[in-house]
Amino acid sequence: MTAPLVLGIETSCDETGIGLVRGHQLLADSVASSVAEHARFGGVVPEVASRAHLEAMVPAVDRAFAIAGEKLAAVDAIAVTAGPGLTGALLVGVAAAKAYSVALGKPLYGVNHLAAHIAVDQLEHGPLPAPAIALLVSGGHSSLLLVHDVASNVVPLGATIDDAAGEAYDKVARLLGLPFPGGPPIDAAAGHGDRSAVAFPRAKYRDGTLDFSFAGLKTAVARWVEAREAAGDAVPLNDVAASFQEAVADVLTAKAVIACRRNGVTDLIIGGGVAANSRLRALAAERCAAAGIRLRVPRPGLCTDNGAMVAALGAELVARDVAPSSLDLPADSALPVTDVVVR
Amino acid sequence: MLLLAFDTATPAITAAVHDGERVLAESTTVDARRHGELLMPSIVSVLDQAGVTRHDVTAVAVGIGPGPYTGLRVGLVTARVLGAVLGVPVHGVCTLDAIARAAITAAAGREYLVATDARRKEVYWARYTAAGQRILGPAVGQPASLYPAVPAAGEGPLLYPAAFGEPIGPRYPAASWLADFVSERLAAGAVLEPAEPLYLRKPDARVPGPPKRVSAA
Ligand SMILES: [Zn+2]
Repeated sequence: MTAPLVLGIETSCDETGIGLVRGHQLLADSVASSVAEHARFGGVVPEVASRAHLEAMVPAVDRAFAIAGEKLAAVDAIAVTAGPGLTGALLVGVAAAKAYSVALGKPLYGVNHLAAHIAVDQLEHGPLPAPAIALLVSGGHSSLLLVHDVASNVVPLGATIDDAAGEAYDKVARLLGLPFPGGPPIDAAAGHGDRSAVAFPRAKYRDGTLDFSFAGLKTAVARWVEAREAAGDAVPLNDVAASFQEAVADVLTAKAVIACRRNGVTDLIIGGGVAANSRLRALAAERCAAAGIRLRVPRPGLCTDNGAMVAALGAELVARDVAPSSLDLPADSALPVTDVVVR
Repeated sequence: MLLLAFDTATPAITAAVHDGERVLAESTTVDARRHGELLMPSIVSVLDQAGVTRHDVTAVAVGIGPGPYTGLRVGLVTARVLGAVLGVPVHGVCTLDAIARAAITAAAGREYLVATDARRKEVYWARYTAAGQRILGPAVGQPASLYPAVPAAGEGPLLYPAAFGEPIGPRYPAASWLADFVSERLAAGAVLEPAEPLYLRKPDARVPGPPKRVSAA
């Protein structure tokens, strides 16, 4: 018997992500991004993102089915991000998912975006180890989670108390005159810089919690750059980028290893857009190896927001016969990570 | 023919089923914050009440606004997906036209306005002949800039009574009028609007200036 075919819809931010998954097999991952429309604003503009989701939805779904060589009628279930995310953006995806559910006569699963970031790793590395620690880092979230079971039991251990890691990248990129989103250009510049050039602060490094704070780091970079400019010196952009990136990767990986140790867990999963960062990946690999922790990081295309991750979590729920969501499913911008499925 | 019609461009979430001659079922709920939750259950409910299934639907009609965007998009994306999956045409109708249709009798031979809440102390509005033909709009603007002597339907004259003439109702659209409007137009061979949202305003977004200094000057 073939595993059920699950359609995943993701619209929590600026990517209209459509994924098609059968069991742990990824059949199609079609992403329409409005990122270029946000670039000149230096950040995602919610209304611009929501308008783009409406325009992209049906074509992106059609494209995913064309890539997979499957027919719409073959779908066994529809999964959609119900939160957390931008309300207006989430609502386009949730409404679309309900319409696919009703028009196809197939069950609907409203799922948690963060749990989906974890579940997506199954498409690449097979069944998830349990328990595992997950480090989720993106422009919208920075969390450490204890994952007993991605489909039913996810416990938050820590989160950012101010800016998300990706947000810090965007803000630092802006003050260095680099484009939005800030992750890729800073990573590229850092590749030519000295990461020990400037000792930027590591907030909350030894405070005993598993929380993060990146607002102070951004301010410290700004202050350092301004002092250089005030002195009439050139700003060593590559060194600043490398030193900033080192501070972020250092705190994230140190706390991820502590989270594993404290909970007696030997598997770490990293997801979210910042997981595409080369220094974070390298430092995590180094520290996990030293600590005897197995590290799983999906390839960059599956780390950023996409529909495959939503379909992957949906497939897991279908495989376990979890009861579907009802048609009055709300979109919840602040959905807690403990709610893996919304009824 | 079997027409499924709905509108989410005002606080009303309204859906109806029409067989080309009459409305078979209608559901209208007023809840400005729950379009996303309530629309699809309403659609399922009117199909059930009409004793038909999704496979019987031959066309979809949707209110394209103008109206608050978040709710408006719920209706539009629902219509586009249903049309795509069921393989039926999707017709757009200006939401103000649907309200206008129900106000013809009350207008009693006078030209009239339809005005709905655009938030930020503005209204979405259009002006109609006594026979219900739209002659101005749709547009968005301050109520005070409109036509105080002209009778008006929609929520606008109830929110800003000083800015409008006699309020002639209705306050919100009903999908049954939308369905009547579309089935008449289709019967007459008229072409309807595409299912494109009438936003009428650009997104609020400012291009930021240079980064603010954090050091003391
Ligand atoms: Zn994400």
